[in-house]
Amino acid sequence: MVFLVIIPGIPAALGNFALPMMLGAKDVAYPKLNRFSYHLWLTGALFFVIALLTKGLDTGWTFYAPYSTSHSDSAVIWATMGAFILGFSSIFTGLNMLVTVHKMRPDGMTWFRMPLFIWAIYATAVIQILATPVIGIALLMLTIERALGVGIFDPALGGDPVLFEHIFWFYSHPAVYVMVLPAMGVVSELISNFSRKPIFGYRSIAFSSVAIAIFSFIVWGHHMFVSGQSDIVNVVFSALTFSVAVPSAIKVFNWVATLYKGSISLDTPMWYALAVIWLFGIGGLTGLWLGTLGTDIHLHDTYFVVAHFHFVMVGSAIFAFIGGIFYWWPKMFGVMYNECVAKLGCFLAFAGFNITFLPQFVAGSKGMPRRYFDYAPEFASYNYWSSIGAMVLGVGLSIALYSLVRSLMGERKVAPANPWGAVTLDWQCTSPPPPHNFDHAPPVEGPYDHELVRWKESLNGYEPVDPVDGDPNLARMGSAKTV
Amino acid sequence: MTTASADAHGHHGDHGHDHPEHLAHHFDTLEQQFDSCKLGMWAFLLTEVLFFSGLFVAYATLRANNPEIFSLAASFLDTKWGAINTVVLLISSFTAAMSVRNAQLGETSKLKANLIITLLCAGAFMGIKYVEYSHKWHAGLLPPGLENSMFNPENPWVPEAAHHDIDYLKLQAEVNVMTPEERVHTMTTLGRFFGVYFFLTGLHGVHVLIGIGVITWVLFRANRGEFGPDNFTAVDLTALYWHLVDLVWIFLFPLLYLIA
Amino acid sequence: MTAQAHDSHDDHHGLGHVLPVKMLAGVLGALLFLTLVTVITGSTYLYGFDLAIAMVIATTKATLVCAIFMHLRWDKGFHTFAFIGSVLFVGVFLAYTLTDTKQYQGDIRAYSIDETANSAFAAPLQDPIPHAHDGDDHSGEEAVDH
Repeated sequence: MVFLVIIPGIPAALGNFALPMMLGAKDVAYPKLNRFSYHLWLTGALFFVIALLTKGLDTGWTFYAPYSTSHSDSAVIWATMGAFILGFSSIFTGLNMLVTVHKMRPDGMTWFRMPLFIWAIYATAVIQILATPVIGIALLMLTIERALGVGIFDPALGGDPVLFEHIFWFYSHPAVYVMVLPAMGVVSELISNFSRKPIFGYRSIAFSSVAIAIFSFIVWGHHMFVSGQSDIVNVVFSALTFSVAVPSAIKVFNWVATLYKGSISLDTPMWYALAVIWLFGIGGLTGLWLGTLGTDIHLHDTYFVVAHFHFVMVGSAIFAFIGGIFYWWPKMFGVMYNECVAKLGCFLAFAGFNITFLPQFVAGSKGMPRRYFDYAPEFASYNYWSSIGAMVLGVGLSIALYSLVRSLMGERKVAPANPWGAVTLDWQCTSPPPPHNFDHAPPVEGPYDHELVRWKESLNGYEPVDPVDGDPNLARMGSAKTV
Repeated sequence: MTTASADAHGHHGDHGHDHPEHLAHHFDTLEQQFDSCKLGMWAFLLTEVLFFSGLFVAYATLRANNPEIFSLAASFLDTKWGAINTVVLLISSFTAAMSVRNAQLGETSKLKANLIITLLCAGAFMGIKYVEYSHKWHAGLLPPGLENSMFNPENPWVPEAAHHDIDYLKLQAEVNVMTPEERVHTMTTLGRFFGVYFFLTGLHGVHVLIGIGVITWVLFRANRGEFGPDNFTAVDLTALYWHLVDLVWIFLFPLLYLIA
Repeated sequence: MTAQAHDSHDDHHGLGHVLPVKMLAGVLGALLFLTLVTVITGSTYLYGFDLAIAMVIATTKATLVCAIFMHLRWDKGFHTFAFIGSVLFVGVFLAYTLTDTKQYQGDIRAYSIDETANSAFAAPLQDPIPHAHDGDDHSGEEAVDH
């Protein structure tokens, strides 16, 4: 789930599609590398499938040594090699996005005219480039150690098991932001567009993305409070962990401030965006409890942690990913889905998610440990509700999927170029976009000036406002759009 | 510059549209294309730096905690071969930098000569590595998990007398005077040292092999006369990669071989 | 194409910067010299500064390679910024890990002392197997027996 879905989900799937368009570029900088990274992803996925079909994997995604190197009887090498390959897929995506943002911006697209989604993907790319190779080497070391016994991690061979945790978390904490930063970017787009208001605090959101990217590298030790590292380091990491809360909170407050007095239209993507604010709120705030040294030692390796990171990873990243799919779906395929069905799916998924994971906070704080196949009888009711919630969540996601698939079959409801009234450049080309994204280079304005478009009944969508004042930019905007 | 360079090379565009010959469809100018490639390569080099960093961290923790065992371990490495390899790699780095110059000036024959020297140096480097590795293989100086490793904690390898046993006798003299606890610690830590040693130099060696492959590919393209003032990106990026391989070795050499 | 190349030996030729042969050769000379220095200093006792001196020399060599061979001096500033940034991140990685590594070595040591009885190294190292014995078939058992 982590390596195969959440990490490539928004940056690779949505980013590759939307980022060049939002930037006003013809393509990403390296289209072939892009395809190569997709093939790597497929190969990595294949490795994981082989791991599942042969002996399974009982180490968890963290692969802690020395269990994974010397004791586990499962298909660890297939899984670590799979993750290694997926890491390179992720690196190449990040590299591609970074170069695209730097070099493919057309005239007029300055850094501060870029939509916030691009800022988020850019910050993500920085993390992918700097952190992912470290997991690559960690997994390679682990694989070689398991195969040849090089003795770097296993204390029986003179190794240092905590070293593995350091190397692993040096990547895997920043990786958390590889998952959640793009989600924040999507939400920034959705909130602004469906409130028909310029995003509140554009620059602070943009800089907070970069700040998160940098802070993410200096807090990894908070995963290791009980690993045996020194008290001083624990205290330093705990204190630094709170620094990440600041840019995260900046984003949430700015979203809420954007909603304030906005002209909110509750289309399906907006439902997801609002769900993310709620879920990320809970996930982020419970993260503070875990960042606090004292409470973490109590809550470490309990279901509280499980609930926390599901709120962040699934609740924020996956919900934003699905929201992004619903948002760009008309642009991708030129069809509209059924709003009612899509909203029902969203509602059920949201409700199911909360029913599943909220009880786990309580169970965890009462001491239910994670990674056990069984639980003590006093935790039965929490697990009962979690199970019900999981089923509701599953039904909700299935309905969401159904609404998307259904839109492609039978009688298609053709999507206009701009069904949402968004002002970013991706909505100025046709739906679906032409091969090089734009038939004419679009004029670049600020990304959230919603005065530039207005509803037109005959299009069943938005169009650029008429060039009444003879503004040549707006005139070109019109010609670029009508096909 | 941006439009000028596109126009200046416009006469190459003999296949139907107004793009210069070496310009991919989604770039506007050659300069944009070159800059993008170069930035991408640098970003890739950053990943390489971070990729090796994990191993350097493994090295540093090992060394910081066991300085005496570490100098004992390093005494089994041969400074002579390390130094020769350093020189070989530095020369290859120089010829790689020269080949970029040759490509920029369109000096195809010199370019080919420099690429061939680079390849020869890379081959020499790997040859010397082979000599070093095979010595250690026969002397049992191997990671602890291997059967013929003298650091294997379950069934340590014991050499035959007069066959590659100089290192073994030296080690025996050092550790047999220790207490059992100390000896276990020393032997397992030495095993870890050779794990780190083989990992670091092996990964570096893999990079050298990849470099040999890429340089050979560039050499073939040079042979077809593809490179010139407006198309030397492949040579430039390959040289950048090769310099990085050199950079890693510049640090590996003193860290592994020069610990008195 | 070659004619075009010969008439301009300026600094900014086409897309990139052309380095003079003298400069490249000079850098090679400096690198070889520094290698010699580091071999000499590495083999003498320098009162605990061995590592620091070796690292200073290595960093100097690395800087030369980056700045001249890799064209960073004439390249876009962003490349230098990014490269130095990555080295800083490596520094953070190393510094944190090293600050703390002494702390838990005792635990690892205690584990290895507990395991001592299971290790072949609890006994002194065997003498090499005498050559005359031709221990092809049971050299492994020999090692355990002694």
